[in-house]
This record gives sequence, C-alpha cells and structure tokens, in this order.
Amino acid sequence: MELDVLFFASYRELVGIPKVRMTLAPGATVSDLVDQVRARGETFGRLPDRPAVAVNRTVVPHTHTLASGDEVAFLPPVAGG
Amino acid sequence: MAVAVITSEPLRVEDLLGEAPAPSDGARVVFVGVVRDHAEGRPVRGMRYEGYEPMAAEVLRAIVEEAEERHDVGAVSALHRLGELEIGEASVAILVSGPHRDDAYRASRYVIEEIKRRLPVWKHEHFADGSARWVPGTPLGSQAGAPLAAGDATLSADGPPATREAPGPATREVPGGG
Repeated sequence: MELDVLFFASYRELVGIPKVRMTLAPGATVSDLVDQVRARGETFGRLPDRPAVAVNRTVVPHTHTLASGDEVAFLPPVAGG
Repeated sequence: MAVAVITSEPLRVEDLLGEAPAPSDGARVVFVGVVRDHAEGRPVRGMRYEGYEPMAAEVLRAIVEEAEERHDVGAVSALHRLGELEIGEASVAILVSGPHRDDAYRASRYVIEEIKRRLPVWKHEHFADGSARWVPGTPLGSQAGAPLAAGDATLSADGPPATREAPGPATREVPGGG
C-alpha cells in the first residue's frame, strides 16, 4: 500500500523535503513506517526513532495499523501560542 | 458559538469584541499573545509561525469546544496566526464570554495552555544577530487528543472541585460585576 508522509518544521529541515511517498506492506504499523522512513538513509536517519505521528490529523500510538491512502505526519514538539 | 480560526492574516482583535455579548453574560475575558523582542536574554527581531493547517484547525476547534463544555461560559473564540510576525504582532487571540469572571478566566487559561500543549504549530525565532532557531516545544503524546487531567500542574488554577465550590471573598461575584 502507498501513503504520503508529511514533515513539518525542524523535521522538514532535517530531511530536506516536506513530503515523501512510501510503499508499505499490508498491515504495517506506524512503528514499521517510522523504521522504514529512517532506513531511507542520509537525511532521513536524522529523525528521532520515536517521533509523534498523526494519522489523518490525529496523534496515534506507534502500534496503530496504517491503511492505504492515510495522511501521515511526523510532528516535532509543538510550540504554538 | 465556538469560533476557531487558523489564519495567515493579521489578527483583528477588535473584531472578536464586535459581536454583542449575550444578555446573560457578565464577563468577557480577552487574552492576546504577542511576539516579544527577547528570548532567554537574547534580542529577537521576529518570529515565523508554521502549522499543519488542517490538523491545527481541527485541534483548535476541539480545544474551544472543550473549554465551553468544561466551564460555565457562553461563547469561546480563538484565533491563531501563522506566517512571519514582527515584534508586537498578535500570534493568538482568545475571547471568552460568560456569566461570571471566574469561569471566564479559567476557560481562557484552558484554551491557551491547551494550544501550547496540543496545537500542531511551530515557531522559528529570528534573533537580532541573524541567527535563528526552532523554539523548543512540547512533545505530542499518544494522549495528545485527550483533555488535560484534572489537577494537572499547568491548570492548577482550576483547582479540585471542593476548592472551586468553596465560597470566599476571592471567588464571590459582585452583582453587576464582570
């Protein structure tokens, strides 16, 4: 299955791009996705191993199972206000 | 009615107060967060706010609705700015209207603290010497969608229910007082 992963703020600067399309095995979890993204090497390996991840605009645990077409975002610690 | 807006346009704080208060309102609390000219002893010349806009809009609406549900208030409105801001510009504006000031202040405090805890927004701080940094933030946990637990230190003003209900000069409403 395929889905897009968005990077914001400091994470976007770390990896150098705002978005990447990933291909995952069916039944993959957020944890699997994080491992796979970091394994792309180079800049992606700079991401933390347990970033906060939102799926379809809701923060989920890393055990969350992903579905094709999910909108996934890696979110650095927030600083609004 | 709850209002929650994420915008790249300058915040017009006066518009918040444009709508007439409800007849039952006795208090309107306005909070405005602005960009200041220093951070940790260093001069700052501006700030860029970046957000995950669709999620930020949903989270801000949830926060505002929670504030209305958890406190004895009428309408709660919150605006959050994104983009390049100069010193003195408003980054966030909150209006709470309700029958009494205690609840209005608490609801206002709830909204700003939850914004800082949960809103997917980031600040890129530009220092006067030309350097810049991402302002250190709060990690989003898997419980980020849940409201703060009662008694959380950042909301200690809410107090336990026993304290809230205790009559006392500090919390007694003066007739006609806001």
